[in-house]
Amino acid sequence: MISANGLTKRYGDFTAVDGIDFEVARGESFGILGPNGAGKSTTMRMIAATLLRTSGDLTILGKDPSREGPAIRAHLGVVPQQDNNDAELTVRENLYVYGRYFGLPRSYLKPRIEELLAFAQLEDKRDTKIDALSGGMKRRLTIARGLINDPEILMLDEPTTGLDPQARHILWDRLFRLKEDGATLVVTTHHMDEAEQLCDRLVVMDRGHVVAEGTPASLIREYASKEVVEVRFGSDRNAEIAPLIADIGERAEILPDRILIYTEAGEESLQAIVARGFSPVTSLVRRSSLEDVFLRLTGRTLEDE
Amino acid sequence: MSLVTRAPAHSPEVDSRAARRGALYVAEYRLRSMWKWRRSIITDGLGNPILYLTSIGLGVGSLVNANLGPTGIDGVPYLVFLAPALITAAAMQGVMNEIMFPTLAGFLWDKGFFAMRATPISGGQIADGLLLAASARIVFTSVVYWLVLLAFGAVGWSSALTLIPVAILAGISWGAAMLAATANVKDDSGFISLVMRIVIMPMFLFSGTFYPLSTLPIAVQWIGWISPLWHATELGRWLSYGMAMPPWQVAISLAYLIALGVLGLILARRRFERRLTS
Amino acid sequence: MITQLIATSAAVEIAERRGTYPGAGVYAGRPHAVMQRAFIALKTSNMLAFLTGFVEPVLFLLAFGYGLGGLVGGIDAQGQDLSYAAFIAPALLASSAMNGAIFDSTYNVYFKMHYGRIYQGMLSTSLGPLDVALGEIGWAMLRGATYAVGFMSVTAVFGLVPTWWALLTIPAAVLIAFAFSAIGMAFTSYMTSFQQLNWLNFWLLPMFLFSGTFFPISSYPGWLQPVIEVTPLAQAVEMVRSIWFGQFDLGLAVNILYFVAISVVGASLTTRRLTALFLR
Repeated sequence: MISANGLTKRYGDFTAVDGIDFEVARGESFGILGPNGAGKSTTMRMIAATLLRTSGDLTILGKDPSREGPAIRAHLGVVPQQDNNDAELTVRENLYVYGRYFGLPRSYLKPRIEELLAFAQLEDKRDTKIDALSGGMKRRLTIARGLINDPEILMLDEPTTGLDPQARHILWDRLFRLKEDGATLVVTTHHMDEAEQLCDRLVVMDRGHVVAEGTPASLIREYASKEVVEVRFGSDRNAEIAPLIADIGERAEILPDRILIYTEAGEESLQAIVARGFSPVTSLVRRSSLEDVFLRLTGRTLEDE
Repeated sequence: MSLVTRAPAHSPEVDSRAARRGALYVAEYRLRSMWKWRRSIITDGLGNPILYLTSIGLGVGSLVNANLGPTGIDGVPYLVFLAPALITAAAMQGVMNEIMFPTLAGFLWDKGFFAMRATPISGGQIADGLLLAASARIVFTSVVYWLVLLAFGAVGWSSALTLIPVAILAGISWGAAMLAATANVKDDSGFISLVMRIVIMPMFLFSGTFYPLSTLPIAVQWIGWISPLWHATELGRWLSYGMAMPPWQVAISLAYLIALGVLGLILARRRFERRLTS
Repeated sequence: MITQLIATSAAVEIAERRGTYPGAGVYAGRPHAVMQRAFIALKTSNMLAFLTGFVEPVLFLLAFGYGLGGLVGGIDAQGQDLSYAAFIAPALLASSAMNGAIFDSTYNVYFKMHYGRIYQGMLSTSLGPLDVALGEIGWAMLRGATYAVGFMSVTAVFGLVPTWWALLTIPAAVLIAFAFSAIGMAFTSYMTSFQQLNWLNFWLLPMFLFSGTFFPISSYPGWLQPVIEVTPLAQAVEMVRSIWFGQFDLGLAVNILYFVAISVVGASLTTRRLTALFLR
């Protein structure tokens, strides 16, 4: 449904997206993972036909976004990174007016809006103005709004960033239902758990490049070990101790606030550290995640700016 | 990285200085933000008098003089008649930007007043500080206006020490009144355009600014009597070209302007403090 | 089900049907959807602020026409001896059309553009930038035209409307309002701060005071008259005044062309700018 080849976006000297390739198939949930500034949102906006590419090929549903913007956008539902609901309107009016932008008739919109209010769990809030909604509610409204035209592709840019844990879980549940219904989703995120929950397949982006591609499980298999030991010795001592314990696992990463040891057996490795006479201030054994994949690929954490 | 710069040691003297000088700190902040608008303030300060004096003073004035003769109103040319009204009106209008916008911003838009109130500064001092900074704008506007009037030959040198203070008094009094009026606004949508249209515009048009109040039907002359602009204009005309004004009327107009300012500021201080602590 | 595997919604059909038209990349034939949004939003805005917009020109008419009019006496214009009120009434009608249009197409547009992110939302749908431009300009035009019609009814009550021809000033006011909205929105779309936007006032006030509104353009020195005459409000005042008094001549055709040209320039600049801001 979406096909990108050498897709590039330049702003003057700065290259935000540097010749990336990917395909998205119908019914697939496709993720773009990367830290802030990796070029995720730029890529999303190019797909959404609201940003012209500098070079490369991009087709969405067989159409060229630089020439057929409105016709492509008619097929898309867009959930931007920052909610841009219309603050002068109520919840219901937001959905209605947005549907009118697509030229949808009232007879279609009336039942559709009811369905979407139920889907977004906003039935009680239908006549509420946007300012009175919580962050999670606004987000659900933006997602409902993106579904008003029954889109073939739903584009979600950082769908749960900035929400509290409870609101995130409600949102994930809603998005998961969409996925079960067979929707095609394109999701950007810098949250590992989100990518692992929502995406069938993903690309990892860093500084405008795609650095890896695969399913969440295959990426972890390929780029990380089974388990990770995280130990902290205090910000002054981490760097000093790291070389002395790095050989315990397969690989080690030194971060300013902690040391990560990649290993097949976490508990045993932790005991080995203690056996060498080092007692960490805190320690944690956990399974590897996409976070570790990213760290491996770029040498930086996802939360780094 | 660690934080090494330490605040000066707390002492009763330092603490009381903050509490004493709060209004000055607020005024400093306001003046800094007005500085960013300096080009706009200067253009407005110069442009407004030039535009009104050429269009109404000279343009419409030529029609008036053709009809009534060159000294038709109060025995002076129309331009001279108009001048005291325009300078006071400008002082009063100029203060609006420096009172209403920052007040709405502080309470509603960026809630900056609540941040200020979290320091030793009191609500009343915030009100004082706003008015103080606005007064600087009033002084600037009045002096510039007077210079343009002088250039147009609409006032004489001798009015420098009389007409300018009257304009400044009118501006500050009006600023205090507006401060009190804006302090309680909860919903700002359309508030400013509403005040402009229902208060400022009628006051500007019906306070004997462009024509003697007496030419209006008695039924609408009351607008002039309650209007600080009218009182200030009457004083200005008396001081500028010696318009006849009995001493009791001088006293009433002066008292009215002073009372408006004092009551406005008292009310504003109370409202600021209450709103920031409830 | 919230999604079907194969979407065949009306939106897609409409967009594809138009897809073959020239200009399909910028125009989806739906500015009315943008105007409908403004209409729905109207009820949540401050109605008092909207309604008092009618009052402003009336106040000027009363104060200048009748208060100052007493000092001015009659005025010789449009080839007849007019009362001062009769002289300024059509000019105030033209400027109320301008003010109403400018208000909605500048401050309101700026807010929607930079704070409300309304246009960003609109342009992620199948609307094109020209739809958004025409819809917003059209809405501001309605506001300006409404004020003009309201003011006209007031002047009729005061007995200042000389002939039935004056009714034709209403379509003229619509054209004026459209042109000012178009140019106002184009201007606003290039502004990047409220400070810059504020410079608008430095154009509006002199236009209001010098466009033959309160005294005839013939009072200016000869070399200045043509300079004043090409400014937009002077054109508007001249157009409304000549229709008001039933004087139709070639000058009127020039006025109409002038405003059509401004409208086209304004709308295309706005479209270009919206594209640059939200679709590039």
